[in-house]
Amino acid sequence: MKKTLTLTSALALIATGALAAQTDVTIGMQLEPPHLDPTSAAAGAIDQVLYSNVFEGLTRFGPDGTVNAGLAESWDISEDGTTYVFKLRTGVKFHDGTDFEATDVVFSLDRARAEDSTNAQKALFDGIESVEAVDANTVKITLNAPQGNFLFNMAWGDAVIVAPESIDDIKNNPVGTGAFTFADWKQGDSITIARNANYWGTAPALEEATFKFISDPTAAFGAMMAGDVDAFYGYPAPENLAQFEADPRFNVLSGSTEGETILAINNKLEPFNDVRVRKAVSMAIDRQAIIDGAMFGYGTPIGTHFAPHNPDYVDLTGNAPFDPAAAKALLAEAGYPDGFKTTLKLPPPSYARRGGEIIAAQLREIGIETEISNLEWAQWLEQAFRGYDFGLTIVSHTEPMDIGIYARPEYYFQYDNADLQSLIKKLGVESDPNKRTEMLQQAQTIISEDYVNGYLFQLALTSVVDAKLNGIWENAPTQAVDLTGVSWSE
Amino acid sequence: MRNIIVGLCLTMVFALAALVSLVWTPFDVTQLDISSKLQKPSATHWFGTDHFGRDILSMIMVGAQTSIAVAVVAVVIGMGFGVPLGLWAAAKRGSLLDEVIMRGNDLVFAFPSLLIAIMITAVFGPSAINAIIAIGIFNIPVFARLTRGAALSLWTRDYILSARVSGKGAARISVEHILPNVMNLLIVQGTIQFSLGILAEAALSYVGLGVQPPTPSWGRMLADSQTLISLAPHMALFPGFAIILTVLGLNLAGDGLRDLFDPRLRRVGR
Repeated sequence: MKKTLTLTSALALIATGALAAQTDVTIGMQLEPPHLDPTSAAAGAIDQVLYSNVFEGLTRFGPDGTVNAGLAESWDISEDGTTYVFKLRTGVKFHDGTDFEATDVVFSLDRARAEDSTNAQKALFDGIESVEAVDANTVKITLNAPQGNFLFNMAWGDAVIVAPESIDDIKNNPVGTGAFTFADWKQGDSITIARNANYWGTAPALEEATFKFISDPTAAFGAMMAGDVDAFYGYPAPENLAQFEADPRFNVLSGSTEGETILAINNKLEPFNDVRVRKAVSMAIDRQAIIDGAMFGYGTPIGTHFAPHNPDYVDLTGNAPFDPAAAKALLAEAGYPDGFKTTLKLPPPSYARRGGEIIAAQLREIGIETEISNLEWAQWLEQAFRGYDFGLTIVSHTEPMDIGIYARPEYYFQYDNADLQSLIKKLGVESDPNKRTEMLQQAQTIISEDYVNGYLFQLALTSVVDAKLNGIWENAPTQAVDLTGVSWSE
Repeated sequence: MRNIIVGLCLTMVFALAALVSLVWTPFDVTQLDISSKLQKPSATHWFGTDHFGRDILSMIMVGAQTSIAVAVVAVVIGMGFGVPLGLWAAAKRGSLLDEVIMRGNDLVFAFPSLLIAIMITAVFGPSAINAIIAIGIFNIPVFARLTRGAALSLWTRDYILSARVSGKGAARISVEHILPNVMNLLIVQGTIQFSLGILAEAALSYVGLGVQPPTPSWGRMLADSQTLISLAPHMALFPGFAIILTVLGLNLAGDGLRDLFDPRLRRVGR
């Protein structure tokens, strides 16, 4: 092991020496993390900077979403599927020099599932009965029931391993086991990480990486064009992408995300409590026009609340084909031959603001007049999300596997269907993968055929990358900008 | 004199565009045509199309209507409240009431106009009505101060004294003798405030607090064009020029009117 390591670093040295390739990178991002503890907050920006770079878990996601070995070298699963014995890698050190041992795993998992834990994804740890350190390099985890996706759960950024020695200051000075150590945080500007010389795995090609936070789309465009940033993760203005694509200096990566963008309908509000009216709204919408007009072609049409890249997805876009004449007939049948007036409340992202103007024009065609109000997020949360004070609104639901929200009648679009509620309940305790698939597809069909919301498109993750920079993830199986495999060519 | 002609001509062009747009525009501004988005200026679309395929010339015509309507009502609000307040304060000059009115005005005046507008629209929600109210409110102290200042010097005149001797009350003197004599000043100031109103409406719409879509507004057209500026510069240029030319026209007209009405100011060379 040691021999190969020296060999690879020697090779790396030759490579850098001979070609004098660049070894630092600056990545642009729209949002800045509120603090640097991935195990105690939901903010995606924390994981984007730290996941796999600074912190590692027992298992880890690959760029294609597969689950690979992380700090655990291998594992044994008992016959009944309730006991996992993880064999940990040896010789791993935290950035502060302390050893990584089984006790750290016990500490991290106990901390995450503790009563007072603020972990944003506590459900990941729900099935854990106990975590024990068998010896310094072996951990035994007992589950209270077999769980098909336990290794997947342990790969999340919320399940990374932290050390008790450095936990107190983790929000400002994160100490992990990853290939990069945290170096500097200029609040409001950037975070810098540097290569970890004592890394247990393959040393990264980059010596230093800076994450620069640029929230304004115009500034993002300028920074990219001027070369101030080498890549922009989640580029915020799709209208500029055609320009980047035409420019040989850049590559545009377009991947999938978990963001179902929907025209949410207030199901309790008249006239939307009539399924015919909801169906008419869905059929009045030309999804492709919205994707072209609001997202400049980036996005996949959806017909239900489920990510198209998920193997359990069913294409239900045919349930609501674009057909204004049929939509108008449905409205007449429901008792609104001349249409009606309603509100359309739009949060700040451009998919909502631009998409809203297009939808308003499309609804006007069938006689529905919408009064548009552009709201800031705080106002939107207060009025629409918590106050139920809306007719229609547009929002992207970016949480993975969130079809369960349709079983919550108090959730802002107020869909109340006992059949779906009992189905989701059964799904929660079902572990047979085939049955789960069947149930998930059934749930997708129910909400699609009930026209709960207008299903628009799956948000695309678009990144602009310098053409000479290799190894940036195209898809987002989890929110991460994994730099361990990133390098400069030439 | 040349100023006033150029100014009035520019203003007339936009007023005319707004009037025509009431009955006719080259294209329907609420009709989106995504497939013909971002077209360069051409014979069909003189000013090109925007990111939704709408005709920019049509949008500027209807936008002129929005701008003018907002600015006119805002000036009327400013004059409607400001002038009576100023007359009243001047009539009761030196009294507690005068102090209260004028310090109240100072209070409103102390805030930058855009800040007041943002405060109002943040509390009551963005809409055309709230934008008008917001812009109207910051016009009030402008007219109140101007009226009081001019009225104060008039109150010392002999003809006012004779009116008082003949038994007229303060209110009647204000309306019959003071107001007609400050009218020139008010008209000049009104033109200036009108141009500022157009700017303020554009600024509010630019930050998303003015008239709401789909009603076109020059400010929002600029905001929409921001990220597209390198791809479709015409989207920013035309509404930008519309704002500049209207404001320029109104300012020239205002200056010209002032010179016309008040030759003394011209000599001072302000």
